Amino acid sequence: MLPVAALTAPVLAAAETDLLAARWMMALSLGFHIVLACLGVALPTIIWIVHRRGLRNADHDALLLARRLGKVAAVLFAVGAVSGTVLSFLMGLLWPGLMGDFGDVIGLAFAFEGIFFFLEAIFLGIYLYGWKGLPARIHLATLIPIGLSGVFGTLCILAVNGWMNTPAGFDIDTYLATGEVTDVDPWAAFFNESLWPQFAHMLPATYVVAGFGTASIFAIGWLRGRRDRLHRLGIVIPLVVGCIAIPIQVITGDIVARHVADTQPAKFAAMEIHEETGPAGLALFGFESGGEIRAKVEIPGLTSLILDFDPDATVTGLDAIPDDETPPVNVVRFSFQLMIGLGVAMLAAAAWVGWRWWRTREIPLGDGFVRWVVVALGPASVLAVWAGWTTTEVGRQPWIANGVLRVSDAVTDNTVAPFLAGLIVVYVGLGASAWFVLRRLAARWNAGEEVATPYGPRPAATPAGDVDTSPAGRERVR
Amino acid sequence: MSEQLPEIVVSILWAGVLAYAIFGGADFGSGFWDLTAGGDRAGAAPRARIDRSIGPVWEANHVWLIFVLVFLWTGFPEPFAAIARTLYLPLIAAATGIVFRGGAFAFRKSSTTLGEARFFGALFASSSVITPLFLGAAVGGIASGRVPLEGTGHLWTSWINPTSALGGVLAVGTCAFLAAVFLTRDSDRDGEAELAEWFRRRALASGVVVGAVALVGIAVLETDAPTLADTLLEGRGLVLVSLSALSGGATMWALARRSFTVARLPAVAAVSTIIIGWGVAQYPWVLVDEIDIDAAAASDPTLWGLLIAFGGAAVLVIAPLAWMLRLSDTGALSESADRPDSSSAVLERLRSESTRG
Repeated sequence: MLPVAALTAPVLAAAETDLLAARWMMALSLGFHIVLACLGVALPTIIWIVHRRGLRNADHDALLLARRLGKVAAVLFAVGAVSGTVLSFLMGLLWPGLMGDFGDVIGLAFAFEGIFFFLEAIFLGIYLYGWKGLPARIHLATLIPIGLSGVFGTLCILAVNGWMNTPAGFDIDTYLATGEVTDVDPWAAFFNESLWPQFAHMLPATYVVAGFGTASIFAIGWLRGRRDRLHRLGIVIPLVVGCIAIPIQVITGDIVARHVADTQPAKFAAMEIHEETGPAGLALFGFESGGEIRAKVEIPGLTSLILDFDPDATVTGLDAIPDDETPPVNVVRFSFQLMIGLGVAMLAAAAWVGWRWWRTREIPLGDGFVRWVVVALGPASVLAVWAGWTTTEVGRQPWIANGVLRVSDAVTDNTVAPFLAGLIVVYVGLGASAWFVLRRLAARWNAGEEVATPYGPRPAATPAGDVDTSPAGRERVR
Repeated sequence: MSEQLPEIVVSILWAGVLAYAIFGGADFGSGFWDLTAGGDRAGAAPRARIDRSIGPVWEANHVWLIFVLVFLWTGFPEPFAAIARTLYLPLIAAATGIVFRGGAFAFRKSSTTLGEARFFGALFASSSVITPLFLGAAVGGIASGRVPLEGTGHLWTSWINPTSALGGVLAVGTCAFLAAVFLTRDSDRDGEAELAEWFRRRALASGVVVGAVALVGIAVLETDAPTLADTLLEGRGLVLVSLSALSGGATMWALARRSFTVARLPAVAAVSTIIIGWGVAQYPWVLVDEIDIDAAAASDPTLWGLLIAFGGAAVLVIAPLAWMLRLSDTGALSESADRPDSSSAVLERLRSESTRG
């Protein structure tokens, strides 16, 4: 016995390392991509509002802002496109067990997502390069299909994620018994029961991130003394977009929570650290340690009341979940609380903006507000999205497809651990480069220069009147 | 109809491969010429040209790859999983190339100093060569029957072998050839005669090299990928290979005569016929000698779904895509400095109206 154990132990350890590495690679890629995806979905709408205002009101500042936001969107969209491509590679490379068995069940959603991504890429190319060659109104109108593609693309991606939470579109009993996927119905898989709640919660999130994120960046410029109209517009318009989206997101969050309680009791029990099946109180604080929940402050009956309008309604607790099907409680609990806390804080900020606007018909841009609130809203929105995705993804563990396929059965047999390091390097490089380039652009804009890329050294000294008209020369002097 | 369903889906998948090879290929090839354009001073003009030519279109051209991946894993999930298992090293390398290429191209576009442009340009250009090299190598592994359906094929020899080497070199070469032909015409259209000549020489040279490699390749396939070679060199396969050779010759002839607009057609035909030829030669195998189309295909409802997705794409995407390619082709998407913003005209009009009123 002993030699066998000695032989298999390192093998098992290696396999577990690879599983962990695969999960981290996925988490890292999704975490990186989700921020860019949010901006890709919602930024075009913000640009459309700004650009339209510029054309309607003969507002030169708004047009300049639209053009600059467009340049930023181009950089971010390019990075988002490549991180999205990496994800589609990783789906196959890391989880052949999922894609081999269920590729045909959920693949259709990816196919539709591809269509909308295609439309987005086409119209974005036209918008970014069409400032001179297209009539102004048609040029503005190209932003509309970009924004709509983002909305529909989000729907498709959430169809996939919703399916992972509530698998549908095949005979589950047969699969569990035999491992064969039968009676495939890709439409039922697409329109699984988690799709609409998750979509209703995630779509506003993209507008929150893009709105608050953009406002945040311009607010930093404002605080550094760049108090021109362009910066004012850059704060106010995106801020209003975010403020409109955040209440919608909080309301739909409630719908999602009820839905999770219905369909994924293990996830809900971990979110609420609800120990014993029975009436559930709303838990404030608390964590799990050594199999016990500590430091929990409970408002009795409130969770049951919220879910079923009955303080004595039974809610599944952690005690009803088998040990090998219990998600890591603390991670789920902490990320869930973080998301709720940030959501409420952002809602409060939005309420205050709304109140001030209602009283004075003006958005408050006093220093204290800008310094503390607007600047903080951007990072807060990104953190909230990360926390929300952590809640739903870690909350589903150990399942990749809830109740159907375990993560450990879907992972590749290949050694992936070394590639985690490579992936980290790639993302750090990509993120740092994007940040660097955007900072350089902003610096040039603040110095009052629109930017053209130099492709060669500037001519040493061009005598007056002797203009270099070659294409390279034109590029150089522009 | 439903008996031919897998074949129809495979044909659409192949159309995606074709589109990626031509549109994406021309973009990759542009990177090859960017890489080899020489120093700052000598390379400035071609690099600016490349940037203007592929800037508006590269993102859309890149989507074809995603189209192919999605069709493969949805329509043929088991072979897809097998390919991902066995060929994961070259696929990771290709994905890395795609990351650096896409990122660096956008970063160079927004660079503000020559040093930055040079750094991101080098990254963009070198990964433009790496990506088709590894994709070609992966294709070689599939075509030579080195990807088993069950289990994992050899992690190294499945993509380091004669057919893969041929696939990689041919991929890089055809990309470079296509790009040179397209860029010659773009330069010529914009009145950059010197630049057109610069690309024309490279189009001719790369055409000769690719033709020679393809000839040698036949011998390689005969010994290393017999299943493929057998079909490729008889019947329909042979017709396609001959058409490809003829089209290549026609391209060289048009280039020699400086008919740059015309030259694009046979260049596209030369690449298309060889890819269709490869498809015909591999038919009916999805993984050569392992699993055929019917056995590998997903269930009927899913295949129907894919057809509907394709129909949706045809309705939604083709018109905008054609519009974009047309705009790009006529130069409407160029940012040339001697033309005013269309929106500034609107501003002027609105301002003058408001002062009059």
